[in-house]
Amino acid sequence: MRFTNLEQLIRLCEEESVTIGQLMMTEQAAETGKLAQQVIEQMAAYYEIMKEAVHKGIESDAKPRSGLTGGDARRVHSYLHNGVPSLGAESCTAMAYALAVSEINASMGRVIATPTAGSCGIIPGVFVSSQERFGWSDAYMVQGLFSAGAIGYVIANNSFVSGAEGGCQAEIGSAIGMAAGALVELRGGTPEQAVHAVGLALKNTLGLICDPVAGLVEIPCIVRNGFGAVTAMAAADMALSGIKSVIPSDEVIDVMLEVGSAMPEKHRETALGGLAQTPTGRKMMKELYANEEG
Amino acid sequence: MRFKDVFSIIGPSMVGPSSSHTAGAVRLGRTARHALGALPERAEIIFYGSFAATYRGHGTDLAMIAGLLNYDTDDMRIRDAYDLAKDAGMEVDVRSAQKVGVHPNTATMILQRGEHRIFVTGSSIGGGNIEIVSIDDFDVKFTAIYPTLLIFHADRRGILAEMMDIFKHADANIGYMEVDRKSRSGDALTVIESDEILDCEFIGRIAEISDVYRVRLIHLTAKGDSI
Repeated sequence: MRFTNLEQLIRLCEEESVTIGQLMMTEQAAETGKLAQQVIEQMAAYYEIMKEAVHKGIESDAKPRSGLTGGDARRVHSYLHNGVPSLGAESCTAMAYALAVSEINASMGRVIATPTAGSCGIIPGVFVSSQERFGWSDAYMVQGLFSAGAIGYVIANNSFVSGAEGGCQAEIGSAIGMAAGALVELRGGTPEQAVHAVGLALKNTLGLICDPVAGLVEIPCIVRNGFGAVTAMAAADMALSGIKSVIPSDEVIDVMLEVGSAMPEKHRETALGGLAQTPTGRKMMKELYANEEG
Repeated sequence: MRFKDVFSIIGPSMVGPSSSHTAGAVRLGRTARHALGALPERAEIIFYGSFAATYRGHGTDLAMIAGLLNYDTDDMRIRDAYDLAKDAGMEVDVRSAQKVGVHPNTATMILQRGEHRIFVTGSSIGGGNIEIVSIDDFDVKFTAIYPTLLIFHADRRGILAEMMDIFKHADANIGYMEVDRKSRSGDALTVIESDEILDCEFIGRIAEISDVYRVRLIHLTAKGDSI
């Protein structure tokens, strides 16, 4: 790849008059020695799996093996159709879809890691709901996924994308940044605006710990995906309205690395701290593993 | 760069619930199986760090066993891996242990088939991506994203040049390579990542070089039970 940070990414896009998505697509083809058509087809196949996970999660009752969670996507979806959500219908739909994919993941269904499975609901939540709302084609959404991928590529190589290394900020935080930047571009924003959205979004999740109850990707992961979809849309709107990330986004990524590296091990996906070690969290873990062994 | 391309960020297509603890574990298992070169008759899996703390909740054990059975990350049979291992005649033992100075998501697999035994240690570094850090007593560092050759050989003058010659004649490009030896003139392991898909004939030619003991191909993008 010809870029290692977001500043270089913007510069390349400006010099070549292309979007981040278009640049990433040609870079990927060049890097792997494949035709552009081949990499587009693979991404399109991934988008189909994302849509399938949204629909399965909304239409069926995906139940994780633990029995601790499930049905949240349907709850939000029916609330949306029966009441007047405080968020507005569009954001509420994105939230329901993100919860849906995350519940499919928790029940060992098929998802696309974006960038991880713990954060797999955010991009499909934002993308599928926005596609329905704005009438975008699948091909256009696929360009958006390349854009999200370029942003994630920079974050992953300069910081981290696993909760075990850098806490939840590295997973949910990265996914929100990727979705926010991609949404800016899908809505016609410039590469520079897209990158501002990344910085704005990441600043909002800095320091978020990874503290899953019983070590499962359920509590609080599923609701954080729901929140994440809404936050990504908020960050995109801020950037499209002209708000800039005063601290450049590349520097915010460096902060994520600094904060994650300083995070104690008990807050990095070990279930030894945070929500996992609350009286209720401990009780759930004890019951779960007692059942499994019995 | 730890993460090589767009599909290490968007992807893999996988069965949940965790890219590092489930999808990465499938890839670790599959890599170890390819390093052995066949279905193990006996597999001992040792989890460290976060893997040890949370493997039951994430199905990391199921995922790693599925990888040893050569399944891909999105195979819906992963959840039934224990039963399928039994059907396939693979005996599995899973345990946890302490190990200092390793990545938080690390596992060692000790695989046995007949006379052959191999130790593979690797880490799941996020988003389903992996890094293999040791094979037997050799220190290595590769991702298994590309077709990867493991060449076990004696530390002898000129042997690497003979390997390179075969690559040159096949017009195959090398993206990354490393050599580790146990001692001067002792056993050595050369790891080569190639941009090209390496066929059986090519591997056969490498295996024919004198003082090469055995060659294994790790190829995770290949579907099915071809290896």
